Amino acid sequence: MLMMTMMRKSSRQRQSLAAFLGILVMLLINSWYTRPVLAGTSLKKASLIPLWSPQSQFAGYYVALDKGIYARHGIDLTILKGGAGHSPAQSLKNGQADFAVLWLTTALHHRFAGTKLVNVSQIIQRSSMMLISRKSSGIRTLEDMKGKKVGLWGEELSIPPRTLFAQRGIKVREIPLSHTVNLFLRGGIDVTSAMWYNEYHVILNAGVDPDQLNAVFLSEQGMKFPEDGLYTLEQTINKDPALVNAFVKASLEGWQYAFAHPDEALDIVIKYMHQAQVPANRIHQKWMLDRMRDLVEPVSGKGSFGTLNRLDYEAVGGAMQREGLIKRFPDYATFTRRNNAGQ
Amino acid sequence: MPHLPGGIMLGNKSIVFKLILVISLCSVLIFAVTLGYNYYQSRLILEHELESNARNLAMSLVNRVESKLMSVTKVTEGVARSIETGRYTEKELLSLIRSTVAENPGISGSGVAFEPYAFSRAHRLYAPYYCREREKITFIRLEKSYQYVPYLYWDWYQIPRELGKTEWSEPYFDEGGGNIPMATCSVPFYEEIGGTRHLKGIVGVDIPLDSLTSLISSVKILKTGYAALLSRNGMVLAHPLKHAVMNETFFSIAESRHDSSLREIGKKMVRGESGFILYTSLVGVKSWMYYAPIRSTGWTLAVVFPEAELLENVRQLSLTMVAMGMAGILLLTIAVFFIATSITKPLRSLAEATKVMASGNFDVELPLVRFHDEVGVLTTSFQAMISSLKEYIRNLTETTAAKERIQSELKVATDIQASLLPRLFPAFPDRPEFDIFASMDPAKEVGGDFYDFFFIDANNLCFLIADVADKGVPAALYMMVAKTLLKSEGQRLGEPDQILSCVNNILAADNESCMFATVFCAILDTRSGEVRFANAGHNPPVILDSGGIRYLSLKSGFVLGPILDSVYETERITLQPGETLFLYTDGVTEAKNPEEELYGESRLLQAVKNVSGEEIAAMIHCIRAEVTHYANGAPQSDDITMVAVKYRGVAADA
Repeated sequence: MLMMTMMRKSSRQRQSLAAFLGILVMLLINSWYTRPVLAGTSLKKASLIPLWSPQSQFAGYYVALDKGIYARHGIDLTILKGGAGHSPAQSLKNGQADFAVLWLTTALHHRFAGTKLVNVSQIIQRSSMMLISRKSSGIRTLEDMKGKKVGLWGEELSIPPRTLFAQRGIKVREIPLSHTVNLFLRGGIDVTSAMWYNEYHVILNAGVDPDQLNAVFLSEQGMKFPEDGLYTLEQTINKDPALVNAFVKASLEGWQYAFAHPDEALDIVIKYMHQAQVPANRIHQKWMLDRMRDLVEPVSGKGSFGTLNRLDYEAVGGAMQREGLIKRFPDYATFTRRNNAGQ
Repeated sequence: MPHLPGGIMLGNKSIVFKLILVISLCSVLIFAVTLGYNYYQSRLILEHELESNARNLAMSLVNRVESKLMSVTKVTEGVARSIETGRYTEKELLSLIRSTVAENPGISGSGVAFEPYAFSRAHRLYAPYYCREREKITFIRLEKSYQYVPYLYWDWYQIPRELGKTEWSEPYFDEGGGNIPMATCSVPFYEEIGGTRHLKGIVGVDIPLDSLTSLISSVKILKTGYAALLSRNGMVLAHPLKHAVMNETFFSIAESRHDSSLREIGKKMVRGESGFILYTSLVGVKSWMYYAPIRSTGWTLAVVFPEAELLENVRQLSLTMVAMGMAGILLLTIAVFFIATSITKPLRSLAEATKVMASGNFDVELPLVRFHDEVGVLTTSFQAMISSLKEYIRNLTETTAAKERIQSELKVATDIQASLLPRLFPAFPDRPEFDIFASMDPAKEVGGDFYDFFFIDANNLCFLIADVADKGVPAALYMMVAKTLLKSEGQRLGEPDQILSCVNNILAADNESCMFATVFCAILDTRSGEVRFANAGHNPPVILDSGGIRYLSLKSGFVLGPILDSVYETERITLQPGETLFLYTDGVTEAKNPEEELYGESRLLQAVKNVSGEEIAAMIHCIRAEVTHYANGAPQSDDITMVAVKYRGVAADA
């Protein structure tokens, strides 16, 4: 009853009320109500491809989809299947997806290779990658990794550690990593790459205590490589800047809702995991969501939620250029198209 | 008699109530301690037996799993050695792999994956694989079917490759290979080129996880107990918590339950330890668990016994014992109640009877003595006491009656004695020449003191005072004799010394009881005022004359009675008109105050001086009052007798 009353009222006076209604109130209003807001225009179809299969790393998008936040912003969003064999950059390039979650390094790589990728929002503000070794192996610093077997993921995911090792002049024996931590757990490699929000916790939950591990955060080694960002093609922005704008807004709103309602967000993520037939371990997803909060919400005053920091951008571009991974990178304004995106 | 239970409880609370309370409480305590000890010991025994049972069960399961795994390991290693030693054409290789699957029903798939270009220079990757699919053996080329991640980077390939030894993989869902949850036994094989061993590839043989977990899951322990299987990473492989299987690790469950002890157990498990512990199981039930490692894979097998179900029999037995014990204690309480009541019932009857006795009725019927227990003895004693009391009271009644009779006779004696003494004053109203006054207060009903005065002839007044030794009836009788003798002899002889001598001889002649009396005997010549007197051991009188107030000095003489022929001497003084002679017995001077001090002669003399101006009657009354005042309530020990004679002289007309 209360909701009905509120809705009728806001329907009549939506212009004046919109300014007063906070996000929370907006979130109460579901998708079927948003239709009259858009005054007859039907929802625009759009698609997003995440970096991997459903998990809390992408909680904001699944929550925004499930809570009808995209629909309220006029978007009929489809989240495409991610994971092995589903390259987000490729999907973006060949038009299968309108939006993609990409690491900055990946995006710069593809931009240099000719795909006109544009960063429309930066979600993870810093590198969450770690290099983990067992204390028993005697590896305590980065320098100790010299000549050791270090597990690295394929393609762009290995750019940050490779750049770090190159900067420090450390030669390691690179061992390609698959998507399990077993090679490290069995002692097949001395050092493994790990995401703080994922593999690190998997290792802990295989019975290894944090105090048995030596974990080096790349971000603490000067590698300020922002990871997950939202990307689209220049042509998409040119064609429908309002759609891009609405997508970014809805996505950020989804993240805020997920952080404000972690239990509900976990329910939603796990629902999508079941749909995708992926094993869903709730405590692991909780860990991941908690770490995402640490990574997404800026800790210091520097940078802001959803925005790519110019200095970080230029530092990553410069580092990649020095390492010969790219020969050049566009200026910040071009890459982010903030002027066009109408932030 | 209060037969109502309430009355009994109130009336005998201190005995029946206390007995029941103490005995019941002690019984409950003893029973509780015994039961508790029994429960505790049974539990210990059970747990001890459980440990070996659990170990046996776990070890038998471990052995069954292990034997399956070992056979697969042997097959895999056999294939690897064959490839290493023999030179196989592609056809022969495929035949070998196929036969591995075909001949081993426990194996779901088998493959040989080569290092890049190791099989042929024409192809980078080569990995033929056969798997059993619905009873048919299918051929797959893994380098093609693994769409996204080349086989080179799968755990089953990479881990034995890096470690250079046989490895069992973590159970996994083989998407693109067997497409079922499985575990792979991987054995690296090598070729020698120029004396050095080069890795050529990996032989992988799959075993469906179901074939192991169904064995574990089929184990039923008690009602809800179970067996569980955990992987080397602590991943739940077989467990009644279906959603946890292949999804949760022991550690993730510990984390979600915030249970660090569970994590510690998990760490021991993945380290390959074995143990027997009491813990809260993953299904949330307090349980005993025995866990043991499966060596070939590093997995852990656990058997879980819910504690409550384990102790169900002990608990049932204990409950039965509690019920029996309670019934027993109730019975005991009732028995105690009846015994206590039967003991206290005669006591209560006795108490009722003694209450009647206390009110003076000794004819009360005491309860019958049925047993010679303490109560019986008590009743008999009471019986004896009643007879004694009755006898005593009867005696007392008789004695009292006799005493009363004697008392009344003594009263009569007192009256008679009193009537013997001249008590009318003025005694001689027609003789103005003198005044005489006397008084006697006996200490007992009858006294030993006496006085007397009588005229011998017209002008000679004999007056005397005497004190018989001893008091009471003997003294009174003696006094009667003495008085009668003194009067009769006085009137016959007329001289004091002769009177005393004569009376002494009469008394002494037949004095077996050796009684005696002191006597002061005097004769006043009313014409001249001359007083002739003789003394038989009596106190010297006080004289009030012109020479002052003093004790008359006289010869003391011997008391009357003990010895025949005592000699007395008559002395003389002459009283001038107005002069007085005051006689007294030792009852005056020997009157005692409460401090046992004698009144004494000096005090008497002073008292006489104080009242010398009075008439003699008033004088005697005053001295008597003075003595009573001095005695100050102390009992009178002797008769108090005083006689005063005042000579007035002969009137002019005489």
